[in-house]
Amino acid sequence: MNLVAIAAITAYAVFLLRAESQAAVLGLIVLAVAGVPVLGKTGFLHKLNESFEKHKKTTLIGVLVALSVLVALFYDQHFVMLMLASVLLYTVACLGLTVQFGYAGVVNFAGAAFLGVGGYASAVLGPHLPHLLVLAIGGLLAALVGSVLILPILRTRGHYAALITVAFGLLFRTFVEVNDALGGPQGMQVKGMNLFGWDLNTGLGEASFYANYVAVGFALAAAAFWLVRRLERSWIGLSLDAVRLDETACAVFGIDVARWKIFAFTFGNFFAGVAGAAYAMMTGFVAPNSFTFGDSLILVSIVLLGGLGNLWGVALGAAIVLVLPEKLQALQEYRFLLYAVLVIAILLVRPAGLIPRRARRYFA
Amino acid sequence: MSEALLSCSGLTVRFGGLVALDRLDLQVGAGEIVGLIGPNGSGKTTFFNTITGLYRAAAGTARFGGAELIAMKPQAIYGAGVTRTFQRSRLALPLSVFDNLMVGNHRRLQHGLGFNLFRRAALRREIEHNVEKARLLLAAFSARLAGRLFDAAGALGMIDRRRVEICRALVSEPRLLLLDEPSAGMTHEETRELMDDLLAVRARLPALAVVIIEHEMNVIERVSQRCAVLNYGSKIAEGSYAEIAADPQVQAAYLGTE
Repeated sequence: MNLVAIAAITAYAVFLLRAESQAAVLGLIVLAVAGVPVLGKTGFLHKLNESFEKHKKTTLIGVLVALSVLVALFYDQHFVMLMLASVLLYTVACLGLTVQFGYAGVVNFAGAAFLGVGGYASAVLGPHLPHLLVLAIGGLLAALVGSVLILPILRTRGHYAALITVAFGLLFRTFVEVNDALGGPQGMQVKGMNLFGWDLNTGLGEASFYANYVAVGFALAAAAFWLVRRLERSWIGLSLDAVRLDETACAVFGIDVARWKIFAFTFGNFFAGVAGAAYAMMTGFVAPNSFTFGDSLILVSIVLLGGLGNLWGVALGAAIVLVLPEKLQALQEYRFLLYAVLVIAILLVRPAGLIPRRARRYFA
Repeated sequence: MSEALLSCSGLTVRFGGLVALDRLDLQVGAGEIVGLIGPNGSGKTTFFNTITGLYRAAAGTARFGGAELIAMKPQAIYGAGVTRTFQRSRLALPLSVFDNLMVGNHRRLQHGLGFNLFRRAALRREIEHNVEKARLLLAAFSARLAGRLFDAAGALGMIDRRRVEICRALVSEPRLLLLDEPSAGMTHEETRELMDDLLAVRARLPALAVVIIEHEMNVIERVSQRCAVLNYGSKIAEGSYAEIAADPQVQAAYLGTE
């Protein structure tokens, strides 16, 4: 069943990416917007999600094959390959946000800032250190910078904690903008990724070099997925959920609310940092304008759209949020309006997101 | 009465000018069931919140098996063996019954990052052990409920939610259990059923001390060995149910004076 579903989603993606005329694009979108709630109401999405969880190996192979098919079909198109790699890297960052927001309930409206920390880390360190190490340092730096926010976040709740992250996001952008050592408003060049002598900025034959980043993005996304899934299905995942749902009950049962909020926030920022470092190497460039509040909102909407706390939902959400506005380019400045309406509509029809999270099963 | 497990003396809690608990003295022995009654706002729940560390006492002591609870954090008090239920059910509704129970079992679980992420075989053994433990505990209340271990708590009816909440308080094997109005929101029939369960569990754990806040007098009459009556934060009577029911001060507090 899940192989059929993956094939269907892949076919849909191919049609959408191939579609040249705006009429075709709109038609495909309307089909999805009408179809998804129907599939949700009949319980089909539920079953599909269960089946994904149950047959892990088949699903992994299925996703790999699907990605290979997409790469095989579009290997020579820069734009499509860039899109695909972006979806994978955003998935990594949003898995981090899921741990923060979806599990521990710590809202983070500064996701783009933590991507930025990773990005600037790779700009500064890229020429000097092996790039795998740079990715790790990017993550660690993001986690470290995030620790500045821990005290104010622990002392506030709800909207107030969210406002603190908003303020931090704005601060980060101003900080890099006025800091000439980091290129100021113009930003900095970033060296392309080089892993053990493999220069990712040289494409294989006819293939776009972005196809290389698709491979790296997939490896990172799979690793992040694996880690977060294990985290969810452990006592730690349970403690994080408990912290989100009822802090008073937590205190009475000895769950250290501060400890788990700090853990989730740091863990999530690490993912955002790694994704940001890889993303910067791919685009070859970092600038303050790439890490605005709007970019943070995009990250949050991915997490919400897919279904808060559902890992498959994150990947789906990233694909929708990143690909849709690009395919609607002909609508010019209205495309973001349409996109916003879509997000609101989906959340109205399915408030828990496209694929709502289920009660935890430790060993599915 | 056996030697006191919990011994409070002069316990005082103030909210601004309001004295919510006024020099309360109360002893609870191991294995005892004590009913705590009194009109609304008389300080019953405040008492629970104080000895579980949610509120700070302005004066007084609460000794529990050699430790002083008043200076301790909620986490430490739970670790010492005091657990409770809440007046308004505080289960985590989206989580499964098992997850809710494990929130109560927190202190017996391993929380290391390495253990949870990378030692899956050991974690799996720990989880399976706890699933078995949770199933047995629930089965003592209701066999049907034990079969719904992995259903979301929000899918259960009121009485089953109460049962889960009591099991959550019991799973860490406490020495003192505080029940805050377990009958709230239930029918008489359900309340009776729940009390049957409670007495059955008690019979298996003879050392467990229980303090129960209740408005239903027949519940108090049935389960408690001793009652304390609060009014405006002070204890106005203490004794067997028959004694306090006959006490004119208690009648005045409940029914008003002419």
